[in-house]
Amino acid sequence: MSDITIGGFPLDLLALQLVTGIALGAIYVLVGIGLSLIFGLMNVVNFAHGAFFMAGAYVGVFLYGFTGSFWLSLVAAPLAMGLLGLVVERVLVRPLYGRGIDDPLLLTFGLSYVMIESVRIAFGLTGLPFGAPPELRGAVDIGIGYFPLYRLFLIGFALVVVGALWLFIERTPFGLVIRAGARDPQIVQVLGIEIAKVWLAVFALGCALAGLAGILAAPLQGVTPEMGIPVLAEAFVVTVVGGMGSLGGAVLAGLLVGIVVAMTSLVAPDMTKMAIFALMALVLLVRPRGLLGRAGALG
Amino acid sequence: MSARAQVPAVAEESGLPATLPAARPGSGRTGRGLAWCGRHRVALTLAFLLVFPWITPYQALAVNILVLGLYALGFNLLFGYTGLLSFGHAAFLGGGAYGCGIAIVQFGLHPALALVAGTLLATGIAAVMGVLAIRTRGIYFAMTTLALSMCVYYAFYRAEAFTGGENGLRGINVPSLALPGLRLDLLDPTVKYYAVLAVVGIAVWLFSRLLSSPFGAALEAIRENEGRAQACGYDVRRMKLVAFVISGALCGLAGALQAIHLSIVPIETMHYATSGQAVMMALLGGMGTFFGPFVGAATFALLQDGLATLTTHWQLFVGAIFIAFVLFLPLGIWGEVLARLRRAGW
Repeated sequence: MSDITIGGFPLDLLALQLVTGIALGAIYVLVGIGLSLIFGLMNVVNFAHGAFFMAGAYVGVFLYGFTGSFWLSLVAAPLAMGLLGLVVERVLVRPLYGRGIDDPLLLTFGLSYVMIESVRIAFGLTGLPFGAPPELRGAVDIGIGYFPLYRLFLIGFALVVVGALWLFIERTPFGLVIRAGARDPQIVQVLGIEIAKVWLAVFALGCALAGLAGILAAPLQGVTPEMGIPVLAEAFVVTVVGGMGSLGGAVLAGLLVGIVVAMTSLVAPDMTKMAIFALMALVLLVRPRGLLGRAGALG
Repeated sequence: MSARAQVPAVAEESGLPATLPAARPGSGRTGRGLAWCGRHRVALTLAFLLVFPWITPYQALAVNILVLGLYALGFNLLFGYTGLLSFGHAAFLGGGAYGCGIAIVQFGLHPALALVAGTLLATGIAAVMGVLAIRTRGIYFAMTTLALSMCVYYAFYRAEAFTGGENGLRGINVPSLALPGLRLDLLDPTVKYYAVLAVVGIAVWLFSRLLSSPFGAALEAIRENEGRAQACGYDVRRMKLVAFVISGALCGLAGALQAIHLSIVPIETMHYATSGQAVMMALLGGMGTFFGPFVGAATFALLQDGLATLTTHWQLFVGAIFIAFVLFLPLGIWGEVLARLRRAGW
């Protein structure tokens, strides 16, 4: 089998690259879902999403330096970002409800400046190196060749998180409230549920997911104060491609973006960043509402 | 709202007394003083800009503010007047700067022609981005323009042979400007300021003409209620695209001027932060006001200049001030001044 080639690349290599793409996609999925969740319920585009991603990574890496436990960081990073998200929603975003749709967007944009600069003050301008924890280093044979264990872990972990999230939203009473709130917040309010509390919780959940994605991405690239900026743009691509407010769309588009990145880096390493945006341009031309977006959402 | 939004503009042009109800809710009736200022907005703006260098700390900063003001003005056409929030205008500022710089460095063009070349490149980028971006609406528009401008950023970053890549485009030396019967020494900051002001002045005049045209009124109608503008028979999509391209061209001209002013085009000109700067200046000054962009540009530049001498972490304060504006002063400085004057019956 191994001597079959496509476009000059052996099939094994392509298959391995595909798995790499899925691993990268796992990060995009988590970032995209957080953004999509907040938007789907509250009509708020969180421009500080990339900053929460970055701050989550810093919290995780900082704690790892103290405790030496990656698992603890994996819990603490989303927790810290969730708490920060609670404060941000309650203090900064809530006064803007009922005003223009652009206002929360502008506010979170300003917030991202404050967060990035605060991290620079606390941890310096240059960033910190960070590798996979010892228990997740090395590579394992997955049938088509050796694959880094950490990336395999990424895929599995993201699968668990997305599965849990799906169960939470589709199968629990609180998930039902979230879905109802996305459809018609006023009716939910009339039925005696305090929608503001639901918004608060969902905003925090979205921020926590961004923080989780940040600490998961840290071993792949290290951490710098600016690491969230490209991630924000890529998360936007994920939501535009997948269809805003659609969790299934975010998963599909996240994986697609990861695979496109991995495949492009094989063929034309210089073009990887641009390939992401070419994908978005293509989707906008062919299907402007996104792959799984509802027709009403855009037009 | 769409039909009403046009009425005052038409009345203003035909010289009829403004007895019609005000276009925007809560704005009250525009008094005589403000109406007079509105009619002479170009002359007043230029009069202010003529004396401006004598009230700033130093004149190189005045040129910066002038160029940034034009950048914010172009952005404001889209954000303030059409109601489209773009987070990708750095692609146009950068496109104009690179176009102008490459024309001078690689092709040895006359600076005046290089300005045209830069503006044309930015217009082309705006046309391509616009065709894609206006397929999305509302909040998606901001996300799409941001992503597309990042794409342009990476493209210019990679095209090292032309743009200098990470190091930026260097060596745009324009020490003097030879015009028919005139030789301007651009090393003198005062001469430079007034040379740039001549170009900016023309742009401001064109911008004012555009706003008071039926097209300008239609853009405001789109801002107030897109659905109704469409129902009134306007080709909303095409108008948005035209507004997007004109906005890009104005920002491109600003970029071209900046390239000549700084004699270098750093790659950061195209970065996301530069797009954000346009948003900040427009909001600080007052979106949808004629003079607001220059107030915003001056505020931003003076703030940055003042804070940078005190701390390297000036962005922390700029971000916090911006948040405070969104929360407590959403009309911006100039917008708030106008609103207060209007309430006082001016």
